[in-house]
Amino acid sequence: MIVAQAKDINEIADKLTNYEKILVAGCATCVAECMAGGEKEVAITASALRMALRLRGCQAQVAEVTADRQCEWELIEEIAPQVEAADVVVSLACGVGVACMWDRFEPKPIIPGVNTVFLGHREKPGLWLERCAACGDCTIDRTAGICPIARCAKSLQNGPCGGSTDGKCEIDPELDCAWHLIIERLKAMNQLDTLRENTPPRDWSTSRDGGPRRVVVEDVEE
Amino acid sequence: MSSTSNLQRVLSAGHFAVTGEVGPPTGADAQALKAKADILRGCCDAYNVTDNQTAVVRMSSIAASAILLAEGLEPVMQMVCRDRNRIAIQSDILGAAALGIRNCLCLSGDHQSFGAAGKLHGHPGAKNVYDIDSVQLLSIIRDLRDKSLQQGGDSVTVAPDMLIGAAWTPLGDPIDFRVIRLAKKVAAGAQFIQTQSIFEVSRFAEQMKLVRNEGLHEKVAILAGIIVPKSAGMLRYMNKNVAGVTVPDELIERMDQASDRKEEGLKVTVELIEQVKAIEGVRGVHIQAIEAEHLIPEIVKRADLLPRPASGEAS
Repeated sequence: MIVAQAKDINEIADKLTNYEKILVAGCATCVAECMAGGEKEVAITASALRMALRLRGCQAQVAEVTADRQCEWELIEEIAPQVEAADVVVSLACGVGVACMWDRFEPKPIIPGVNTVFLGHREKPGLWLERCAACGDCTIDRTAGICPIARCAKSLQNGPCGGSTDGKCEIDPELDCAWHLIIERLKAMNQLDTLRENTPPRDWSTSRDGGPRRVVVEDVEE
Repeated sequence: MSSTSNLQRVLSAGHFAVTGEVGPPTGADAQALKAKADILRGCCDAYNVTDNQTAVVRMSSIAASAILLAEGLEPVMQMVCRDRNRIAIQSDILGAAALGIRNCLCLSGDHQSFGAAGKLHGHPGAKNVYDIDSVQLLSIIRDLRDKSLQQGGDSVTVAPDMLIGAAWTPLGDPIDFRVIRLAKKVAAGAQFIQTQSIFEVSRFAEQMKLVRNEGLHEKVAILAGIIVPKSAGMLRYMNKNVAGVTVPDELIERMDQASDRKEEGLKVTVELIEQVKAIEGVRGVHIQAIEAEHLIPEIVKRADLLPRPASGEAS
């Protein structure tokens, strides 16, 4: 899923001082799962904004709504009346949701209330981890289900650099060395030697480096 | 100007090779490099020129290498994958070869968050490139040289003559993978290896045994990395903070108790050189005296490694 993180409330409040009717719009899917932008976080953000705006001498009204998703036209439509009634929207959806809201409600300003950080999952309560870099050419089977593009600080393709110590990456003692995990898993599977084959330079044109990407499924395209 | 690498000639002739290191200045200061060249001339077969090491902006390794070359020192131009994509790297390799640079050390590069291990600001907000990794970089330069082919498949008019090397951290984690990692670099075209600094000679000798079991020592010239200890504090710092480097307590204690630390550091260095030289498959040393290049001539002399084979004579 898409993982997001709340922005500092002051960063948001500073952008809202000239508005009277503010809507905080949540999204009940990915960002709700990672506790950044669901109904509960909408309530928390709205009340924090009310306080932050009062401290800035603003008398704005802050309303709340949560869409099932802000990345699907039909579900965006369900919150259209609330959006239309507001001067500005603080969207707690991921960047996809914010972009779709702009497309639907232009020229109404839609301000991001969260930072979209990665594609990942909940490792344990309170900890989300990046798992996929959406590179467009998945070969994760070669590295036993651990993606070095997403999880190595240098996206190395042919094993760990010299900076791996006791299973941790030298840039952060809290960070697992992805290659250490890969090697341990392959060792346990008695397949370490599969890494002897060199991985050639990658074709990054399938990733963001190839420009904004599209997926076309011809049978259903209108 | 020599058309072939002096380092290659020294190695092919079976001499025990000696390389040193010259860190480029943090400014457009050719004089600083010339001063270092005057100190080091004649004591090593080639001199590594670092490429924005620890992710701190310094004079480019290609320009600093060209300055050393003009001073009569043979550079080993280091090239990291952090800052350039395959287009820029291949372009720089062609340019370096055209300038007469004949050795390239292919590295992943220190992560941009390093900033001189916190001593300077650096550029932790920089975007890293890592279009390719160091293994892929080796194979790209090999194919430019041997097949006159760019990675994308286009040809080059004049192939770059370049001896290519790589780094190896023999005692790094995960330890079970380190010899495989070396084998991958050799398969990608590495002709020489400079190791991370060695303080635990017996553990390094164990890894070298595995290297010999795979016959890698016959395919690649391994130069053992030696760092000149300056103080017990420096060794403690390295032991704690430098991945893949463990310094034995006895050595730290020895430096701690020395009345003349500089002299003791020189003695330790010479002992380390003699110990690694005795290991089968070690074909040279790479000596680093960080911010103390002036010690290298004395070390090489005491280790009985002078005079170096003169350029052109070795073959």
